[in-house]
Amino acid sequence: MKNVIEKYIRKEMFPHIWCPGCGNGIVLGALIRAIDSLGWEKDEVAMVSGIGCSSRITGYVDFNTMNTTHGRALPFATGIKMSNPKLKVIAVMGDGDCAAIGGNHFIHAARRNIDITAVIINNMIYGMTGGQYSPMTPTGKFGSTAPYGNIDQNFDLSALAASAGASYVARSSIYNPNQGTRFIKKALSKKGFSVVEIISDCPISYGRMNKLRTPVKMMEWIKSISVPKKTWEKLSVEEKKDKIPMGEFLDICIPEYTDKYKEVCAIAQEGGGNE
Amino acid sequence: MNKERKEICLSGSGGQGLILAGIILAEAAGIYDGFEVVQTQSYGPEARGGASRSEVIISKEKIDYPKVIKSDILLALTQQSCDKYIKNVSEDGILLADSTNVLKVPSFTGKIYQHPITDDAIKVIGNQLVTNIISLGIIVQLTDIVTRDAIKKALSARMPARIKELNIKALEHGFKIGEKLKII
Amino acid sequence: MSDEKQIVKILQGNEACVEGALLAGIRFFAGYPITPASEIAEGMARRLPKIDGKFMQMEDEIASMAAVIGASLTGLKAMTASSGPGICLKQENIGFAAIGEIPCVIVNAQRGGPSTGLPTKPSQGDVMQARWGTHGDHPMIALAPSDVNEILEITVKAVNFSEKYRTPVMLLLDEVIAHMREKVNIPSREQLEIIDRKKTNVKKDEFLPFKADEDMVPPMADFGSGYRYHVTGLVHNEKGYPTSDAEEIDKFLRRLSNKVELNKKDIVIKEEYSLDDAKIAIVAYGSVARAAQRTVKLAREKGIKVGLLKLITLWPFDDDLINQLASQVDLIVVPEMNLGQMVREVQRAAQGKSRVISYTRIDGDLINPIEILEKIEEEMSQ
Repeated sequence: MKNVIEKYIRKEMFPHIWCPGCGNGIVLGALIRAIDSLGWEKDEVAMVSGIGCSSRITGYVDFNTMNTTHGRALPFATGIKMSNPKLKVIAVMGDGDCAAIGGNHFIHAARRNIDITAVIINNMIYGMTGGQYSPMTPTGKFGSTAPYGNIDQNFDLSALAASAGASYVARSSIYNPNQGTRFIKKALSKKGFSVVEIISDCPISYGRMNKLRTPVKMMEWIKSISVPKKTWEKLSVEEKKDKIPMGEFLDICIPEYTDKYKEVCAIAQEGGGNE
Repeated sequence: MNKERKEICLSGSGGQGLILAGIILAEAAGIYDGFEVVQTQSYGPEARGGASRSEVIISKEKIDYPKVIKSDILLALTQQSCDKYIKNVSEDGILLADSTNVLKVPSFTGKIYQHPITDDAIKVIGNQLVTNIISLGIIVQLTDIVTRDAIKKALSARMPARIKELNIKALEHGFKIGEKLKII
Repeated sequence: MSDEKQIVKILQGNEACVEGALLAGIRFFAGYPITPASEIAEGMARRLPKIDGKFMQMEDEIASMAAVIGASLTGLKAMTASSGPGICLKQENIGFAAIGEIPCVIVNAQRGGPSTGLPTKPSQGDVMQARWGTHGDHPMIALAPSDVNEILEITVKAVNFSEKYRTPVMLLLDEVIAHMREKVNIPSREQLEIIDRKKTNVKKDEFLPFKADEDMVPPMADFGSGYRYHVTGLVHNEKGYPTSDAEEIDKFLRRLSNKVELNKKDIVIKEEYSLDDAKIAIVAYGSVARAAQRTVKLAREKGIKVGLLKLITLWPFDDDLINQLASQVDLIVVPEMNLGQMVREVQRAAQGKSRVISYTRIDGDLINPIEILEKIEEEMSQ
């Protein structure tokens, strides 16, 4: 397994900047294994990230990579995919990155159903800037900007993606990396906008403020809140509280954006349209 | 044209086709009569209604300042635009007022022409939308600012087939009005 | 230019911008609707699909800028267009294009500001924003044409400069010239000088994506071409990796700005009218330069020796040019549709060698030739 990882990383960029016990490495491992299992050439993969701890992933992998501005991974990725549809385009985002500052881009990338795979590392906190609460911080939990408890409702990112027009939506966690790898592989193979949300930890920021100071405690907590989708569906509203469903939520085949654009070109070149 | 630079101001309200009329006049002068030409416009946020103004400058030489300094010709399709822009017409300039809407013509030292252009568009041609084209016909006939041939070609080139005939009819009606029109 | 290859059309400024961009090889456009720039997006939406180019209307201005940068990285010449409020939103990603050295063109059809301001009226209020709108020290090229033919010609130059210097280029129009229609000679591609970005040809494992040649510009590789590399908004070394090494930081940031500043000779475009014997000079740009041209004529009819220096390249600013002019004339007048922005640069560069005065208008109407003349006469009588 070690050899698989080494084939895809930029060794000179290591050691990485992530804290001990951070889940980003587990997600990176899952991503690499999924890509490797598909047999893709490194040259045909473009990986784009925004800003935050998660965004450093693009620096560590030997693909065509881009570490862009906060929240904007998807529109940069959209420009790449639209211009060169042959590239396999992956956007890696954190939860603040994707759901707060990049929320609009997220729903519109889904609406277009453009063939990009979005991997969201959801650690429910802004880690890099010191533990401020994010749109994914559960109500009642603490952050450095929520010292009396978070009063915001948190998003259900997977439900959001599914309702906005994506083709494939799944959620897993760093507690279950094999499932995560499987979902990412399916997402990468999907023609259309695909989303895999991975629940992750942040012992230093989230854990410290929410009585989960060690990586082990955070892992145990993630395990305790994770419920398979089928089980979750049978739970009462009260039982669903504080739990997160895991599994595949959407897997459909609908027309993809760059394919539809080819049709636009054909119509324009045949002299059609409203001209 | 004897003057180096002629300035035309087409004014009224949004939706009366004044910008289109300006473009057609500009194409007639620039493409078919070989003059230098600039067309600009001033408009508000409304797509319909509100004040609208289209300016055309025609010259034998390259045009520097692209806006009207003093209009040689003012077309006013509304009372409001007539009152507003008459102040900026040169002393010996021309005012063409649409008497359907301009009921009170302001005092003015130049030549004043009046005709119920909108009424003609509705009653004679059968479509209010050609008010702008009748106006162009009258202006060209009165002033020779461009040739009749050029304005006809420019109009034909601009109009989609289904409304071409209607517009040519409107233009020719304008020529006819222009022939008979007397200074008041 | 031979006449038979040219097509003569009456075009709006924004339409001429589309023509120029397509001739220069723009094949990707992303935008968001905004007055008075929307006609550029509409033109691109019609034309690009006919030549297998890519048009996208994005969810906002920020996304448009991002998509343009992504597209440029794959090798397509890319452009966006907007106006004041939209340009504000694009600034962060314009900074990304600057530090990532990714060629792209941003058209700003200037309208009155601040904020929503005067959407349908012209302004030159964004000339300082064009230079310093995104944070930090960065290179910037900004060009301001003043008629519709010039829009076509300067759009081609804007694309060329962005490709040659691997940097974002701002094309500054204003509502007057963006919406104005004039007779335009559309040249054929063969009649134009078209510059494409320098591509690398080193072995793939020896590629250093941010190692510059002697001209201070690094050769580029397209994403997907087999040269895998990292592009980041962090200050980076020649390999493209983030650095905190003081020496590397200094070297990189100085090169980034110098590749434009030290190539000023190539980038500065200007025109002179009746300056030879002038004792008074007008320095103007954009649509105001056309009013100034007429002022020169009116003044000379009255026997006042006025000349005009029309700046087309606003950034980088040519200090030497202004300094030379200031040694020749007694008075420089800078008319602008803002409260006096470029006049500060002119004053600075003139170094007290001549008087420099500002004439401003911000009511949404173009400055007219007579008011500039009156300002000159007023100054002369003092």
